[in-house]
Amino acid sequence: MSITLHKISKQFGTFKALDNINLEIPEGELVALLGPSGCGKTTLLRIIAGLEQADQGDVFLKGDNVTDQPVKNRQIGFVFQHYALFRHMTVFDNIAFGLRVKPRKQRPSEAQIRDKVHSLLQLVQLDWLHDRFPDQLSGGQRQRIALARALAVEPSVLLLDEPFGALDASVRKDLRLWLRHLHHELNVTSIFVTHDQEEAMEVSSQIVVLNHGKIEQKGTPSEIYDQPKSDFVSRFIGQTNVFHIEDDDHGWLKSTGIIVDDPKGIVAHVRPHNISVEKTADPANSPVYLKDWQHLGGTIRLELQRNGNHSPATTIYAEMPNEQFKELALQKGEHVTLRIKHAHWFN
Amino acid sequence: MPQSHIMPGFRPALGFTLFYLALIVLIPLSAMLLKTLQLNLDQFCDILTSRRVLTSFQVSFGAALIAAAIAAVLGSVIAWCLVRYPFPGKKIFDALIDLPFALPTAVAGIVLATIYEPKGWIGKWVMEAIGVQIAYKPLGIVFALIFIGLPFVVRTIEPVLQEFDSAMEEAAASLGANRWQAFIEIILPNILPAAITGFALAFARGVGEYGSVIFIAGNMPYVSEIVPLLIITKLEQYDYAGATAIGLIMLVLSFVLLLLINGLQWWMRRRNGQL
Amino acid sequence: MSAMNPSFSHRAKPLTLNDSAWVRHTLVVISLLTIGLFLILPLATVLIAAFAKGWSTYAASLSEPDALAAMRLTLLTAAITVPLTTVFGVSASWAIARFEFRGKNLLITLIDLPFSVSPVIAGLIYVLIFGAQGWIGPWLSDHDIKIIFAVPGIVLATLFVTFPFVARELIPLMQEIGHEEEEAALSLGASGWQTFFKITVPNIKWGLLYGVLLCNARAMGEFGAVSVVSGHIRGLTNTLPLHVEVSYNEYDFVGAFASASLLAGLAVVTLVVKTFLEWKQKQDLKAARQAAE
Repeated sequence: MSITLHKISKQFGTFKALDNINLEIPEGELVALLGPSGCGKTTLLRIIAGLEQADQGDVFLKGDNVTDQPVKNRQIGFVFQHYALFRHMTVFDNIAFGLRVKPRKQRPSEAQIRDKVHSLLQLVQLDWLHDRFPDQLSGGQRQRIALARALAVEPSVLLLDEPFGALDASVRKDLRLWLRHLHHELNVTSIFVTHDQEEAMEVSSQIVVLNHGKIEQKGTPSEIYDQPKSDFVSRFIGQTNVFHIEDDDHGWLKSTGIIVDDPKGIVAHVRPHNISVEKTADPANSPVYLKDWQHLGGTIRLELQRNGNHSPATTIYAEMPNEQFKELALQKGEHVTLRIKHAHWFN
Repeated sequence: MPQSHIMPGFRPALGFTLFYLALIVLIPLSAMLLKTLQLNLDQFCDILTSRRVLTSFQVSFGAALIAAAIAAVLGSVIAWCLVRYPFPGKKIFDALIDLPFALPTAVAGIVLATIYEPKGWIGKWVMEAIGVQIAYKPLGIVFALIFIGLPFVVRTIEPVLQEFDSAMEEAAASLGANRWQAFIEIILPNILPAAITGFALAFARGVGEYGSVIFIAGNMPYVSEIVPLLIITKLEQYDYAGATAIGLIMLVLSFVLLLLINGLQWWMRRRNGQL
Repeated sequence: MSAMNPSFSHRAKPLTLNDSAWVRHTLVVISLLTIGLFLILPLATVLIAAFAKGWSTYAASLSEPDALAAMRLTLLTAAITVPLTTVFGVSASWAIARFEFRGKNLLITLIDLPFSVSPVIAGLIYVLIFGAQGWIGPWLSDHDIKIIFAVPGIVLATLFVTFPFVARELIPLMQEIGHEEEEAALSLGASGWQTFFKITVPNIKWGLLYGVLLCNARAMGEFGAVSVVSGHIRGLTNTLPLHVEVSYNEYDFVGAFASASLLAGLAVVTLVVKTFLEWKQKQDLKAARQAAE
């Protein structure tokens, strides 16, 4: 195990930021700590780094208990949310910093430092910026320099706090893929914090979902998406339609294919792509009609409205490929038949 | 953002801070408190109610109050002009505002006395024109304290005016207010907390001021003798008890003024939406 | 991103033209008259009075032994007090701006206290401790140690009046800068001192110099507090401001104003450097905010 957290708890005043966290992260993974703001994810990252002390629990890095070790002895690389580049130093000096502050015996020579810094600059593809100051760089460039600076000390673990949070949407897209490729190249165990589920799905090999200071679920992106273990995870990861079998119209739910005679829970979560929409032969008996739709590139999102006598009108979202939607040639206001292919049940 | 607990050096930094604070400020100040406790209440009251002490308090507080009020008005006008109007040499004038902070008070004292004495450049002119003597009268004290108080007012109001969102004035104008109404209804309520804070700072400094005042005051007991001078006089006569009793009252007043000013500044920040 | 960010471009000039011309002119005239009468005229007077009897008298009164002794004592006092106040200011602001602890606000208020205490009180408290009738005065005189009416008393009184100068500048500055860069340095393996000297000091240097500058001006110019503890012994315990007073009271106006001109020169230099430092610091903070975008 590269990182092991054992019963970590942390409290700020009366606010419980982390509550008995146990987590194991194998060597070489790229892990996303995902959760809404205030869920404790940044605090957890800072505790792993040694920038924050846990009230209880232990942190192991590569099998060593580092709980009482200060940050400088932990061999971690930390990329700060706002990069924290040293503004009075050039890009070169920023990256060289971690090498230059080493004790004299371990410190590389200036020539070695120069080679190392330039190879890191080439790695992040910014060698031409070596004599600039941080305030002369764009956000995306700062991000990559901050990463190069953290990598300079050859950390055994790389920690990134909201690495894309402060960037424009277009830059963010590019950097996500770039980070993923870089991780493949370097294969250093990495953890990044994010509140953006799409980002977590796209970049990471493992996702840890946090809520209210507790781990809700840990797994690969597809596990998290396809087998959410809790109501919270299901709602947080991707869009979902929620049906309460106690409140909803049994007859109608049955007609859509959800089994209500022997339900596995009382709440059914259905992803939009798990609802198929068909033209109905009997419009008078179908309570669902097409209200509107949006193009999402390759797929179409359908907004379906249901006017039942049991519950207030609710909107149901369904998705289908573009082609299929064209074939159906549905009109606004047209009544349709729904078929629910798959649901997640919660209590 | 929660404060980081991993920063090194908390204990030595706070330890030295508290040690040095105790050594230079707290122990000496409490020594004065203890000295006063050696007096019984009657002695204490006798000292403070003697006519010379009472008049010196009147002179000090009266002059400081008048001077702070005048400084508040003039300082507001200067701050307004420095922020709002372009005029030649503005940068230099702006830098000069801090002169009373930087100029040693003894220098300020002899210079002001030289200018405003009955034979001085301005003093002579005022004497001939309206028959008023400035230096060596209580009026001289007021002049010295205006000098001392001016930068406090300007430097408190200036940033508030700079931050002031002129869109509010434009909004007022768009709603039909004339310039005077916009000033009274929009600008004044926004700069008033700063002006009051500046006034309080100038007043607090003025009450305790010594160097710039004693040369111009004339220092006549019962007429133009300020409290700080009376403390020194008592000390020179080895009347430690008297000096301490008066000193304690001054100290308590500075405390009260300090708390008041802190409160005002808090109010000011809140008014400006920084809290 | 930074160069293009519009939020840092200067806001359009406020509505100067909305005020009618006579209002503007009246207010500007009042301002200039006040500045002229209270600030420029005094500054000019110092020079005119100092050179009233020509260069040679000016030079002679500055090179007289008592004046030279006063200059030496003033420099000595500043040389002792400024470093001490600086070290205190840095450690106080490190503790206050980098850590949370109970009683922090009280501590800040107490640090500010010497600002609002009359300088005469600042002298008085030391007389009450170290003076002939003070707490440890008899013990001191038994052991032949002189504090009051001697240089140590002057230094102590100056330490008191300059107490908040550096801390006051640094605390808000360090709070504004934040501690992310310091954390980054620590995470890269820097020690506490390395972090302080390589990261903190470069970031606060203009503010630090600013505080030191004002502290120095006050240390060299302090009059009231020093006056109480000095005893005015010519050639021994007179600082330059006290020398000004003594000369003035002895009707040696040229001598008084000659010494005063040195102090006024110090004040002008202080103002010029101060303006420069304010400009530098503003630039730095602007860059810092952009870097954090």
